[in-house]
Amino acid sequence: MSGEGLSRAYVEEVIEGLPAQAVRGRTCFRDQWTIDVGAEDLLAVMTELRNRWGFRYLIDLTAVDFYPQKPRFQVVYHLWCHAHHALLRVKTWAETDPPSVPSVSGLWTTADWHERECYDLLGIHFAGHPNLRRILLPETWEGHPLRKDYPTEGPDWDLD
Amino acid sequence: MSELTERLILNVGPQHPSTHGVLRVVVELDGEVIVRCTPDIGYLHRGIEKLMESKTYHQCLPLTDRIDYLAGSANNLGFVLAVEKLLGIEVPPRARYLRVIMAEMTRISSHLFWLATHAHDLGAMTPLFYTFREREQLMDLFEAVAGGRLFPCYFRIGGVARDVPDGWTEAVREFCRTFPEKMKDYETLLTKNPIWIRRTRGVGVLTVDEVLDYGLSGPVARGSGIAWDVRRADPYCGYDEFDFVVPVGENGDTYDRYLVRLEEMRQSARIIMQALDRLPAGDIAVQDPTIAYPPKADVFTKIESLIQHFLLVEDGIRPPQGEVFHHTEAPKGELGFYIVSDGTSRPFRVKVRTPSFVNLQVLSKMAEGRLLADLIALIGTIDIVLADVDR
Repeated sequence: MSGEGLSRAYVEEVIEGLPAQAVRGRTCFRDQWTIDVGAEDLLAVMTELRNRWGFRYLIDLTAVDFYPQKPRFQVVYHLWCHAHHALLRVKTWAETDPPSVPSVSGLWTTADWHERECYDLLGIHFAGHPNLRRILLPETWEGHPLRKDYPTEGPDWDLD
Repeated sequence: MSELTERLILNVGPQHPSTHGVLRVVVELDGEVIVRCTPDIGYLHRGIEKLMESKTYHQCLPLTDRIDYLAGSANNLGFVLAVEKLLGIEVPPRARYLRVIMAEMTRISSHLFWLATHAHDLGAMTPLFYTFREREQLMDLFEAVAGGRLFPCYFRIGGVARDVPDGWTEAVREFCRTFPEKMKDYETLLTKNPIWIRRTRGVGVLTVDEVLDYGLSGPVARGSGIAWDVRRADPYCGYDEFDFVVPVGENGDTYDRYLVRLEEMRQSARIIMQALDRLPAGDIAVQDPTIAYPPKADVFTKIESLIQHFLLVEDGIRPPQGEVFHHTEAPKGELGFYIVSDGTSRPFRVKVRTPSFVNLQVLSKMAEGRLLADLIALIGTIDIVLADVDR
């Protein structure tokens, strides 16, 4: 009995079908496609991916800190289409200060906790999130631990 | 709300036997009916993602065991496969089969623990004694092959740590042969038990749309009738070579999720049997000195192997610059590792997508409008481990 397997052809079809001006870049590494989308186009692209192309399942949402590069935060979304077994990675740069991207929690309810976690640990703001509070750390916690300029030893560590 | 009562705020947890760890659930009650339910997490946050950024890839491996401490090997598997995808390597067939055997044993062990605690939460104490008897056998088998019981850490990047000891495969075969019989004991106690049925049937119903919207995976999703299993949908480790059924439920309630997990245990035993039947001979790790550790005996006798060992411990492997996401079907649902490499020997960023974290989100949705006693059944039916929720 064989598995159904991953459909890469479908992902390529999807990328071709998206509005050309919204997709700033595309790369394929180890058979996984990544598209780069501007923060202003994010909601439009995500809505189209969810409603038109069947990416009903938001697997994961996170951010990567490229400190001291500017802009430093890249928000990464992993989408899955159950019908075609297709995996697509969408990326966007949070160029504002403080870093902010539009929330996708209106499209996928699951984004609620993912965005709160991302806000808690990396300090990314998600505009339009209904309840953007810390989720793992206490409300009184200072700083965002997964940022590259946050010391592993903790905030009040003194070497002297 | 009736006029005679006022709403009561009740904290279930953070320390309570039925919260399966440190989970606080704030419930607002009207009599015994839950009006609002808010899970409060974060008591166990240990910063595994942050720690991984300062460790070599090999050093990250023992941390992954601790993410879901009831399914150590399943977490190891997710991580080593993600790193191997980053490296672009394939492990030898014998290592692949040994991984499948260990991962499926872990699934059985995790489901046994779930069954024990879930039934215990709802007042049935006997299943715990039965399931722990079998779980203990599995623990002994983990110990025999890896040295560790709860945290085997048997897999390595590029293969497995060592070959299995003599007689181990026969012992596993014996376990799988007798296991379906033992499962009848659990079913006799629960499946047709009127109390069990009244406590679970129709409780916490999830529709297909809700499952997709909340991003649920694993038995929680399959209980609602979605045949979504990463082992089938995006096969890894050669799962497409095995004959097994992905069980699905019909009603999406607590009872269906119970049946789905029971069937999964039987299917896991089937997979292990097939893997044992076809277990190939040969290498247990890739023959690449920049990736896999040399055999321990060689380290003591050959200078090249000693140098190779030293370099791997001191400096580790150096995957190319790039990023991968790899998902596996852990006992609790879809486990994903997203790794960004900048070409150095330490990961630039690791994000773990844990199944319990995502699945717990739906608790409020399931609990609101139900009785307080149902909340206990609902926490159990999601099968959470709080280390998996908080990391």
